[in-house]
Parts: sequence; C-alpha cells; structure tokens
Amino acid sequence: MSAILTRKPAAPAAMPPPQADAPLPSAPRDIAPVLLVPVLALLMLPLVGSFPTWVTLTVAGLAMGMMIFIMASGLTLVFGLMNVLNFGHGAFVSVGAFAATLVLLPMRGWLEMDSLLINLGVLALAVTVAMLVTALLGWAFERVIIMPVYGQHLKQILITMGGMIVAEQLINVIWGAETIPLPLPTSLRGAIFLGDAAIEKYRLVAVIVGLVVFAGMFLTLNRTKIGLLIRAGVENGEMVESLGYRIRRLFVGVFAAGSALAGLGGVMWGLYKETLSAAMGGEIMIMIFIVIIIGGLGSVGGCFIGALLMALVANYAGFLAPKIALVSNIILMIAILLWRPAGLYSKMRG
Amino acid sequence: MAEPLLTLAGVHTHIGQYHILQGVDLVVPRGGLSVLLGRNGAGKTTTLRTIMGLWKASAGSIHFDGRDITKLATPDIARLGIAYVPESMAVFSDLTVRENLHLAARSGPMDTARLEWIFGFFPALKKFWNYPAGNLSGGQKQMVAIARAIVEPRKLLLVDEPTKGLAPAIVQSLIAAFRELKEHDTTILLVEQNFNFVRSLGDTVSVMDDGRVAHAGTMAALANDDALQQRLLGLSLAAHQ
Repeated sequence: MSAILTRKPAAPAAMPPPQADAPLPSAPRDIAPVLLVPVLALLMLPLVGSFPTWVTLTVAGLAMGMMIFIMASGLTLVFGLMNVLNFGHGAFVSVGAFAATLVLLPMRGWLEMDSLLINLGVLALAVTVAMLVTALLGWAFERVIIMPVYGQHLKQILITMGGMIVAEQLINVIWGAETIPLPLPTSLRGAIFLGDAAIEKYRLVAVIVGLVVFAGMFLTLNRTKIGLLIRAGVENGEMVESLGYRIRRLFVGVFAAGSALAGLGGVMWGLYKETLSAAMGGEIMIMIFIVIIIGGLGSVGGCFIGALLMALVANYAGFLAPKIALVSNIILMIAILLWRPAGLYSKMRG
Repeated sequence: MAEPLLTLAGVHTHIGQYHILQGVDLVVPRGGLSVLLGRNGAGKTTTLRTIMGLWKASAGSIHFDGRDITKLATPDIARLGIAYVPESMAVFSDLTVRENLHLAARSGPMDTARLEWIFGFFPALKKFWNYPAGNLSGGQKQMVAIARAIVEPRKLLLVDEPTKGLAPAIVQSLIAAFRELKEHDTTILLVEQNFNFVRSLGDTVSVMDDGRVAHAGTMAALANDDALQQRLLGLSLAAHQ
C-alpha cells in the first residue's frame, strides 16, 4: 500500500490542545527608518525658515526620490533574489527613455495640445512601449550576459558594465550621439500654487507615479503568492526550490520586471531633465547604488525610504549649504551605515 | 521488510575538489522511519542534499518510487513528493508562520483539518500564526520547518538533525510529532547524531562513515547490541541513560 498520506488525519488524543484562546503577541515592527523621512522634513522646516520654500523643496525632494526609487527598486530586487551585481542596470534607464521617444517624438503635436487627458494618454503609451522594450531587453540581458556568470561577482561587475557600454553605443548608433530635447507635455508644464508655495505639476505626477509603483510592489510582495516566493527567494532560494518551485523562472521574471521599472524610471527622469542622452543611465547609477546600499540590499521598503531620504537631503542641502550639496549623498550614506551597517532594512541572505 | 521507496546505489558526490560521498548504498523502505546515523563529517547531510538534487551525484543512481531521479532538478524532485527539512531549518524569517506554510502548500489553499492536526502536536504554531518566523525560538523554528514539510501529504520526509541545539522539552515534542507521523504511514528518513532520540523511533537504521554506509539493519538489532553500538557509533548505550 502506498505510504502517501491521503486521508484526513485525526487530531492526536495524547497531544496538548492548541492554545486557541491565548492572546496573540503582536509582531514587533521596525518603524525607526520609516520615521526618518518625516523627522528629517520637520527638522528642516525651521532651518529653511520660509514655509512656502520648505513645501517647494520637500515636494521637489519627494518627486526626485520617487523617480530614483522607481529606477533603483528593480536593481535591489535583482540583487536580493539573484545575488547579481548588475552594474549595467543604468542601460535600461537609458534604453527606456529612448524607447519612449518612439512614441513621444512622432506624437509631439498631441503633447502640445492643452488637454491633460490627451497628454497623459500619450505619456501612458510611451511608458508602455518603454517598459515592454526594457522588459524584453532585460530578458535577453539575463539570458546572454548574466546567466554565464551566476555566483561570480567580479565577472558580473565586468560583464554588466561592458553590457552597459554596448547598450549606450547602440543608442548612439540608433538615435545619434546628440542629446535629444524632451519637453514636458503642455498640461504638465508650470506650477500650481498652494498659498505662496509653488509646486511644479510634473513633480506632483512623479510623486503620484512613485506612490503607485511602491503600492503596487508592496501589495504584490505582501499579498500574492508570487510576492511571497520573491521574498522567500531573496532569503533562501535553495529552500524555495526544495519546496518545488522553479526559481529560475522567477529570476527571469523579476529581472525583466526590474528592467521594465528602470525603463519607466528612465522615461520619468528624461521628462524631468527634459533632455535625453545615452549616458543618462550611467550617470544616475551612482545615486541608484547609494540608495540600495542605504536601504539594505534586497529590500524594496528600504530602497523606497533610502531614495526619499537621499533626494530630500540633496534638496535641503542644495538650498541651505550648496557647497556640501555635492557630497550630501555620501554623508547620508556614511551616517546611515554607521547606524545600521547593513542598511535600513537588510535582506541579505544568511 | 516493506518494498523500497528510495534506493541509492553506489552514489558518489563531489563538492568542489572534495570527494564526500564515496559509493553510498541506502534503502529506505516504504512506510516507517529510517535513521541515518554517523559522526560529524560522515556524509549524512550530503546524502540528503544529494537526494534532493541540491548537490548532484557524480556517479551512481537514486531511484524514488520506481523512478530514476539522479539527474532531476530540485523542484522536480520535490514535486514527486519529497519534503526536506534542512539542518539549518531554513525558515523564511521575513515571512510569518502562516506565509511559510502557505508557500509549502503548492497545490492550493491549506487544508484546515490538516492544519488542526499539525497544531495538535505543535500548538505554538497556532499561537504565533501571524508572527514573523525569524522572531521565533530555535525550537519553534524547527516546528515551522517540520510543519512546512507536512502541510500537504508527502511520500517521503528528509529531516536533517532536528534535535540539534534544542531544549529537552522541545525534543520530546518532536518525538511525539514523529510518532504521530509514523502512525499516519509517512515515510521518514531522519539524520541524527542523538542515538537516544531515534532508538525508540526508528524502524531501520544505517550508519555512515567516511562517505559510505558502514552498517544497515533494523533499529531493534542495533539498540539491543551494545557491542555493535560501540563499534559503529563509539558509544555505550548505558553511558547515555
């Protein structure tokens, strides 16, 4: 007779009964890093002195942070889940931005219409194209460039940097070496005023998109089985395989999704800067790396807080002490790592 | 003896330049509990990992339920109905107890009656159901690891040193759990160094030394033969009582 346990087992009589009525202990939550963002913002209010200026700086910092988060979140997941140091992540930022021009440049007339709905529709189409292109590129990148160097960090660094150089040169071949102007759609230009505080419309859009991406990632990671698998895979991929899940497929899916997010971030960053260059992805990689180190490698929540902190500090420092603004990111990273050497929320595998 | 569920024939495993398993022959009969004993470094954990496909056998064959699984990937081996509880327990510390078990339930929602059955011998799991597994004690993590392996019916459980570092009270609850599993005809291959833990549980026993199985027989025969224990395990049962 097969040994498979097929029948419903009865509760063993000799065992102690479940303590169903015992009060459940509440799980401790580490909220100190979350509090850093509002605490930093509030501390800066008296230093900035003017409330409208503080609002403008804070919203600008949040918008910049959201865009960096969108670009960095894919990289931190890829590192956490696949233990891959992808120094070529910036290529997806550049490719995403340039892929968007396939829609944005031919439809320039639609972007110049003074209709928020039409402008956003064109932007949504451009973002969709950018994310599809970068997801496909990510899939190919993982197959061709990453797969041969799993587990070999030095080779990963070299080959992914090489991949980024190739991608940049391919952009130059396809779109030319000149920077491409990318003006904002008409309805997203200018600012809205809350009292005396001026808030650029596009920055509000960036904050909203960043929040939507974060909420989507948070819900996916915490409310779906795929999310559970990703979180478990970040911690112990071998055990996930031992439970019967093919983690290789998960790897490829996460890599493609992370690349698509970088593409989305690239479109947003390009519109923020209103110009595109093939080197834009490489240039922003320093900030992306600082953010994922601050946040804790592999942690999406840490990446989110790290991006906001870094952008807010950069904005406040640029206003209060422009001379130290250039090194504010490094100072922030040092301070965070002195407090938490593995980052705000470390997910490093043990 | 019942028909074999798992058979290893002349299995060799290399890890890098090290030749760990050097021709392991092992038979796990269907039903009951088989024990794999041996000192540190004898190759017990490597044997379990090789069965799971986490390390590939460089020679020999592994047959499970009549099928050659030597070359299969780990997820495919798990899907045949083998559950693995590693020595490190490998609970997902960022996930709650519920989420750990939810992941292990591959075929769909967890069976409530089965969960209640598990809570019967691991009541702490019910108490800490929505608690991050990483915050539990070592014994509670071991309960999560074993519960994860049995949250759905499996043909074979591979359990690596479940009592290591655990308090005596927790060990007693594990003994009760394994007895319960045995009563439900689950086949278990248990790696242990604690002979007193397994002597009353085991049906068959294999003793490993230097990457080979040095002895295979019934647990009753080994438990009743002090001279054999002394020769194979270097211990006198009386010294452990």
